[in-house]
Amino acid sequence: MDEGARLFSYYVNLAFRSFRRSPGLTALMVLAISFGVAATMTTFAVFRAVSGDPIPWKSSRLFVPQVDTWGPAARGSSGEPPNALDYGTASALLRDHRGTLQSAIYKLSPAVQASQTGSHPINVDGHAVGAEFFPMLDVPFRYGSGWSRQDDEARANVAVISERLNRRLFGGENSVGRTLAIEGRSYRIVGVLRHWDPQPRFFDVVNTGGFSAAGEDLLLPFNTAIAAGIATTGNTACNKNPDEAGIAGLVHSGCAWIAYLVQLDSRDAANAYRRYLDGYARQLKDSGAVQWEPNNRLRDLPAWLDHLHVVPPDTGVSLLVALGLLVVCLVNTSGLLLAKFLRRSGEIGMRRAVGASRTAIYAQFLIESGMVGLAGGCLGLGLTAIGVMCVHWLLPADIASLARIDAVLLALTICLALLSTLLAGAYPTLRATRVQPSLQLKAF
Amino acid sequence: MTVHPMISALRKHKAGVALIVLQVALTLAIVCNAIFIIGTRIERIARPTGLDEADLFLITQQWVGLGASADNMERLDAMQREDLATLRGLPEVASATPISSLPLLDSAAWNGAVDLRPVQSNASAKANFYFADEAALPTLGLRLLAGRNFEAGDVQHKPFGDVGAPAIVIVSKDLADRLFPDGDAVGKSVYLDGNAAPSRIVGITSRLQTPGINDYGAYYSVLVPSRFNSTFSRYAVRAKPGQRDAAMRAVSAALYRVNGQRVIADDGIRSYTDIRQQAYRADIGMALLMCGVSLILLCVTAAGIFGLTSFWVDQRRRQIGVRRALGARRRDVLSYFQLENLLIVGTGAMAGVALAIALNLLLISRYEMARLPVVHVLLGVLLMVCLSQLSTFIPARRAVKVEPASAIRSM
Repeated sequence: MDEGARLFSYYVNLAFRSFRRSPGLTALMVLAISFGVAATMTTFAVFRAVSGDPIPWKSSRLFVPQVDTWGPAARGSSGEPPNALDYGTASALLRDHRGTLQSAIYKLSPAVQASQTGSHPINVDGHAVGAEFFPMLDVPFRYGSGWSRQDDEARANVAVISERLNRRLFGGENSVGRTLAIEGRSYRIVGVLRHWDPQPRFFDVVNTGGFSAAGEDLLLPFNTAIAAGIATTGNTACNKNPDEAGIAGLVHSGCAWIAYLVQLDSRDAANAYRRYLDGYARQLKDSGAVQWEPNNRLRDLPAWLDHLHVVPPDTGVSLLVALGLLVVCLVNTSGLLLAKFLRRSGEIGMRRAVGASRTAIYAQFLIESGMVGLAGGCLGLGLTAIGVMCVHWLLPADIASLARIDAVLLALTICLALLSTLLAGAYPTLRATRVQPSLQLKAF
Repeated sequence: MTVHPMISALRKHKAGVALIVLQVALTLAIVCNAIFIIGTRIERIARPTGLDEADLFLITQQWVGLGASADNMERLDAMQREDLATLRGLPEVASATPISSLPLLDSAAWNGAVDLRPVQSNASAKANFYFADEAALPTLGLRLLAGRNFEAGDVQHKPFGDVGAPAIVIVSKDLADRLFPDGDAVGKSVYLDGNAAPSRIVGITSRLQTPGINDYGAYYSVLVPSRFNSTFSRYAVRAKPGQRDAAMRAVSAALYRVNGQRVIADDGIRSYTDIRQQAYRADIGMALLMCGVSLILLCVTAAGIFGLTSFWVDQRRRQIGVRRALGARRRDVLSYFQLENLLIVGTGAMAGVALAIALNLLLISRYEMARLPVVHVLLGVLLMVCLSQLSTFIPARRAVKVEPASAIRSM
């Protein structure tokens, strides 16, 4: 065994002796560290889950346009245009087709029945989208694919269903080409999704509030769904009541109920799109349809999620408070380590007198702190597991289900415990190395 | 006893004292804010909805195979009336009403303007509209404070989402007081959603919360005598006292029996207890989390003080022995340690109050929290001081037991 390893095992041995001498104090430190680390990691697990980028490879190229069709009276103090588009604006943007890819989106929850079987109809959640929705969001398919732009224009009765719905209705086999009855009409299945449950539901924050426990089981062509009168089950904001009921009334109204997403591949493209939106709004004013100056917004996806406060403020507050708890636990550990190390001034003086260097003392006490940290980390792992379980039990299902324990979290927990304890032990260790051998020996 | 020798003794433990002061300050800052968060959440949860919540449940169901086109409206309404008759006929059911939403449901809210003049540009008040029939008051357990209830003849049926200009409405007391501070709302006319035609207020109910859980004018509600016709419908049902669970089991089968072409989802029949719990789940979770964090913090800090005081007691056995030998009473030794702790924790608490306010300001600026009331801070300081005195007491008791002779012998 080489010298370093021998010394290391000697220091570990010394640390164990020290722990045995004051088991209460040691247990207290380990507990404090583990609680601090567990609280931080549990709240971090939730925070990480809700503040993550749902489509990191593309989020900076996806944009949400807002056009002010309601005017200054409806704006409120923030001066913001409505969060969603009315049908007229959405179809104008679709028709002009200025982005690389784009889609109008609305939420629906129709009753669905597999045509072949005589089973009970079931309610499914999903969205009405355009053909370009699938390539724009890189939606993964197990069987088949999305529909074409021709299908959009022809208002074809086609549908894409989720793997889950496919399992429920068709036992999981390739159902492309089979038919579904949706609100009394027959639709041909053109694609079956692979598992796809983006959180937050970035493409329809307005209607889902961000996180959604409802499935994404059915996607229908936007134009087809409107023509079939499939009602929106999302939010509808109106400044004037529609004259007619149902989807027909919404289509002819100024109500804002359609989410819209457009892909713009460069900064120039985004600026050009902004100019296009302003041009569109200017045209509305010139034609006399509205009386106010253009007031549009074009936010990229991260800015949009931030604007709508998708990350619940509670998760931020929790993380902050838990970090505070960790700091208190560290200060506590630091104080206890200081007391523990200084109590051993005699031992340190003796070791220094018989030739141990300051570095050796430093190594010895850092190893002792590190071992406390490691023990705290291991206990903290268990407590984090319990914490995440409690989160599942306490928090609303849509958020709680996202908080997961994975390898990254495990590694982070141990690292956090070790590093923070070493940090807490740094000052006490420094003090220990400053012990004067002569002064201590005199006291013997 | 003077404080001066105590301070000079503490100078010898600068680092240890500084660490305790820091720990106490941080603990106090966090605990104050945590208690405040818990308080606000409990206050929110305790808000009364105005409903008589026991025995109340909600049914949401959807008919299949019939679109919501204008031609189908009469049929959809007939089916809704058939459902209501079925529900009202069940032996476990006391009353039932069609309803567009319920307090705390946090969805399907219909918010609109209530104006005192026709086609007004700035709303006199923003309120939530509940669309229900004459059974709404008894079903929801609302009291009529003035005027009259709807009668069966008042109730219209409209396509879903059509507020129109109802001839009569009932408003909640909060809204009535807001619009007519003189208390003479009954018989007055209001204009809903910028309508040109008036709606006459025929009654005033007791408190009635709106469906949104984050609403500001949370008690501005309007009851409109109207059934909404669509492919889906929603019914609030009051079971006979104590028979809610039996009623919830019975309604599903009864509705399917009368018309099988419908979907009642797994969560289509929800007790009001469940709706309330769902609505406040995040608040309860946050309050419990803050409770847990505060508890851990106080325990860790108490244990830390305990540990350090123990260490100091051990270190000072000799001084204590000398003091005892020179005539100090046990009580003096005890009060020395208690006073020393009070000095340290007092300093920490003062820093903690400043930190608590700073943390609160940070939370206000980043997370739109309210201002921390002074009471919470004082409560936190008191809690901290008591706790630290208690955790000093045990090691200090040990110091008291040091025999004067034994301490001097070890010299």
